[in-house]
Amino acid sequence: MKTLIAKRLLILIPMLLAVSLMVSLLMSLAPGDPVTQFEMMPDVDEDYLQRLREDFGLDKPWYVQYFHWLGQVVPFSYDPQAASFFQRFDFTPNFGFSYHYRTEVWDLIVQRLPATILLSLTSLLLAWLIAIPLGVLAAIYKDSVFDRISQMLAYAALSIPEFFLALLALVFAAWTGWFPIGGFTSTEYDFLSPWGKFLDIAHHLLLPTIVLGIGGVAGIMRIMRANFLDNIRAEYVTTARAKGLSEGVVMFRHVFRNAINPLITAAGFAFSSILSGALLVEIVMNYPGIGQLVYDALLQQDAFVVQAAVLMSVIMLMLGNLLADVALSMNDPRIRYD
Amino acid sequence: MTDGIFRQLLRRPAGLTVLVVLGLFYLIAVFADFLAPYSVTDQDLRSTFHPPTALFIEDGRLHVQRYEMHDGENDNAGYRKVPGEGSPISFFAEGRDYRLLGLVPMNRHLFVVEGPDRLYLMGSDQVGRDIYSRLLHGTRISLSIGLIGIAISMCIGFIVGGLAGYFGGVLDNTAMRVTEFLMAIPGLYLLLALRGAFAEDFTPTQMFFLIVFILSFIGWSGTARIIRGMTLSLRNRQFVLAAEVMGQSSWKILWIHVLPNVFSYLIVAATISIPGYILGEAALSFLGLGIQDPSVSWGLMLSQAQNPQVFMEGYWWFLVPGLAIFVTVISFNVLGDVLRDIVDPKQKFLRT
Repeated sequence: MKTLIAKRLLILIPMLLAVSLMVSLLMSLAPGDPVTQFEMMPDVDEDYLQRLREDFGLDKPWYVQYFHWLGQVVPFSYDPQAASFFQRFDFTPNFGFSYHYRTEVWDLIVQRLPATILLSLTSLLLAWLIAIPLGVLAAIYKDSVFDRISQMLAYAALSIPEFFLALLALVFAAWTGWFPIGGFTSTEYDFLSPWGKFLDIAHHLLLPTIVLGIGGVAGIMRIMRANFLDNIRAEYVTTARAKGLSEGVVMFRHVFRNAINPLITAAGFAFSSILSGALLVEIVMNYPGIGQLVYDALLQQDAFVVQAAVLMSVIMLMLGNLLADVALSMNDPRIRYD
Repeated sequence: MTDGIFRQLLRRPAGLTVLVVLGLFYLIAVFADFLAPYSVTDQDLRSTFHPPTALFIEDGRLHVQRYEMHDGENDNAGYRKVPGEGSPISFFAEGRDYRLLGLVPMNRHLFVVEGPDRLYLMGSDQVGRDIYSRLLHGTRISLSIGLIGIAISMCIGFIVGGLAGYFGGVLDNTAMRVTEFLMAIPGLYLLLALRGAFAEDFTPTQMFFLIVFILSFIGWSGTARIIRGMTLSLRNRQFVLAAEVMGQSSWKILWIHVLPNVFSYLIVAATISIPGYILGEAALSFLGLGIQDPSVSWGLMLSQAQNPQVFMEGYWWFLVPGLAIFVTVISFNVLGDVLRDIVDPKQKFLRT
């Protein structure tokens, strides 16, 4: 288990290097740079723009800029002038400065990342809570009316584009006025009690979670149904029944625990599509997460923000897959990663 | 071999149904100019956000109801029917010029309104363009992008996967690391990063091919991995070894012996992945990074529906393109599933 975690974390390093190199290259290919937007302003003179470009290092080739960025990004710096010994070391990663937001990129990430992680986790949870009972029931009552209907609903949920669903949810919110349109918290958030804060975040989270969760239900439900059917026919089920165990115990203590294994792996894979879906849902529903950040940054050619946001998405995906593998080996002691 | 698959597909009710639906959609795409009364850019600023027009029959001819503007509640201008007035509709009449299949010059349309009134079967948008006509024209991009994109990425996937599985070694290692790299980035983040590398101002045709290129660049990795796995197992089979001993070239072995054995899987994998391309294009256009005016696609139409007036007053007909995407995607999903049941009943290679 430890070797698995160590291996995965080690793979993450070359992967992040490759991804950041690619993003740098892509961003440099784009015509114009962050200073271009000032060229249109009549009261800004050429020399000033030139000086800005030199200050930001924008006049250098992209690989020079990249290595400069790489040298800065390592989350470790040493300051011999600091007062105490511990303050000499600074562990804040320096992802550069955002041209558009005029602030440290890392601050932006810290602000936005929790919102996206929260949204992804709640929608994954919602998808599981709906999909697993549905999948189990569909398998137990195979070929019944319930099975047919749930299969059809699964197709529908699989095929509806997230941004369309998000748009429908927005229309719904606008008509009924039951849900806030966009945002992570209300304006009066800071004055609320802890319980009120929790409710406020939940209120903002509910609609995006439903929109994002529905897409995930279909896939999980179908895998659950197929696995459950595979396991119902297994010999250990016959044995358990022959022992005189009740049907409920056979189904839930024996079949269920075996059938849920592949789902845990699937959750790791589903995480990728959830992150992609979250990007769209965040943009449409104006939910301040990392997806919205990367989209805005892309439109503004805010290279460092795009870079950091894409890297964060890769880290989230890899950690999600790692967690899924760890959870799998905890549920099934037969599985060994060596 | 594919002949047998097709015959089995027709024998299943689900397969037949979606084939009919998709066939209808492709027919619409081809004959969009004939079926649509207006062109994509034909606007009328006096009838913005017009509700779907009513029809009535007078003197044995179908007429379009005439509407007039009036000031409604809350200062919102509305449209009101003018009783008894309207313009007749003639069928198979001459209208604006177009080229059928981009080649044959024609000017016949399924229906044309004779008179000042405009026919809005599905209402109009914020500059008074007919949503129905735009929907039909949007079919073209949304349906062709999946086919072209999948063709490109299946080719790359087969070549890379086949070579990697057949030769193994360094080539295999490199190819697999590249696919892992592409799969390590969440799809849309990669899509956005790639799109960010290109300029904003493209002609509609250039934009179309740019989107196809980006989507296939992302899409080939999954196919390559499946094909590699299958080639690895085929590689040591008798007939491949025999071909090697007889001195056939590696390209020929891949082409003659490997391809036919993985072909049915390629077709299924292609069908299963088409929705990804349709949704990818729609998402890009929806975000304003894909198809743009004066061209039209369903994603772009939905993006134009993001309008406070639509939200507050419930112009539901604005969301019709979303329904169109939904029906197309669900059809391809069902088709893919039915095909997989036929080709790979035990789901050895292709699982959802």
